[in-house]
Amino acid sequence: MVFIKALTLILSADREVIFISMTSLSMAVTSTIVATIPALLLGTTLSIKKFPGKSIIIIILNSLMAMPTVVIGLMIYSLISRSGPLGQFGLLFTPWAIIIGQSVLSFPIITSLVYSALSKISIELTETLDTFETGKFKKLYMIFRESRIAVLSAILSGFGRVIGEVGVSMMLGGNIRWFTRTITTTIALETSKGEFELALALGLILIFISFTVNAVLHLGVVSHE
Amino acid sequence: MKKNKFLLFILIISSLYTFNSFAEGQFENQQRLKLATTTSTENTGLLDILIPAFTDSTGIEVDVIAVGTGKAIALGENGDVDIIMVHARSREDNFVAEGYGVNRRDLMYNDFVILGPPNDPAGIADTYSASDALEKISKFEADFISRGDDSGTHTREKELWTAAGITPSGTWYKEAGQGMGAVITMTNDLEGYTLSDRGTYLSMKDKIDLIVFVEGDDKLFNPYGIIAVNPALHEHTNYEGAMKLITFLTSIKGQNIIGNFRKNGEQLFYPDVIK
Repeated sequence: MVFIKALTLILSADREVIFISMTSLSMAVTSTIVATIPALLLGTTLSIKKFPGKSIIIIILNSLMAMPTVVIGLMIYSLISRSGPLGQFGLLFTPWAIIIGQSVLSFPIITSLVYSALSKISIELTETLDTFETGKFKKLYMIFRESRIAVLSAILSGFGRVIGEVGVSMMLGGNIRWFTRTITTTIALETSKGEFELALALGLILIFISFTVNAVLHLGVVSHE
Repeated sequence: MKKNKFLLFILIISSLYTFNSFAEGQFENQQRLKLATTTSTENTGLLDILIPAFTDSTGIEVDVIAVGTGKAIALGENGDVDIIMVHARSREDNFVAEGYGVNRRDLMYNDFVILGPPNDPAGIADTYSASDALEKISKFEADFISRGDDSGTHTREKELWTAAGITPSGTWYKEAGQGMGAVITMTNDLEGYTLSDRGTYLSMKDKIDLIVFVEGDDKLFNPYGIIAVNPALHEHTNYEGAMKLITFLTSIKGQNIIGNFRKNGEQLFYPDVIK
């Protein structure tokens, strides 16, 4: 019964549900892009370079993957609150706050997965390429080319972590209607109001969005094998 | 190379979309007004009517951050919001006395009620006073679900226990740490008792079996106040917008909207300024 009601709600999607879904999507896409750039740099560096302290960085990154979203939310909250060191920018309870939090959230995952994806390939490939005296950038390009599916998976894992999180969005975004309300914060709100059908409907929309993003990117990469 | 073009295409589309959606939102704080308020005003849907009416007449967008009274006050103290609308008179007075807030005004009121399951295991149905009801609940050790979240309702609940001379403890006393709506849902499932503001109860009435057992006691009076954050303390706050909101909500128009607001055909809040 609840399911049927939920499906009816999705099919009759009103302006607000669409807005909320778009907010969730744009927050998650932006923060994934923001996190991917430094994550690719660090992940690649870790996989092809040897330097002291490397294993420490990897251990820290792997432990950060288990960091609860509310803790990240809390730490950033204390930074960007008006009483915090970055208070003068007025970032708290804006979409920017969510993006900062979600980027911090997905960065360790993407980095760590990029590192493991590349390090598998780079050792063999580097040796092969060395025999051909390939240039540095050419070499990097070849490594990425070989491991593009694994790198894509890494980025999508980061995306998956942020689109479904509620702690950061709730704490830093404030669940403000028509502004920072995302699918997950709406689910939390509607559940607290006892509106289980609407909450469930939004959950299904979230899965659908995640499915679409994954499908598009995956097919885009794999179909050009 | 085809693949790279495809990925580039996706990247461009998504970033265009993102920038586009950001350009629409105004990030200058002076144009937006941040209101921290209690879950009761948001969960009932009152603000969904009040705020658009305010925006229509002033053009000021209001960001509503619905949290418990305790957190709303903390957000005001830190200067993270411009104005707070809460219900815990003693704490509101402290907030003003300590210089965090200015221009406190009474806004509206309703009352608290003690809710319980229809079979009433603790037998509080004939009790008029809140203290007697709590005493019976604690003697019978019937499940009592406390907000436990430092909210206005939680503050009042603690005051009521103190007034009854009881320190609630034991497995029957459950501190949920959640908002009013969630606590009512929990109480309904556990067939326990709880203290709720009447507004939230009425807005959820058709979804639950709980019944009002105790009402009308003077100790259950529930007034809401609105306070601007002191601009002398936090100079970045949108003080002008905050004062406009106070003016609007205490105007004849604002007070009428509050008085005419109905949920399931019942009045949830009573205007306090113009009666």
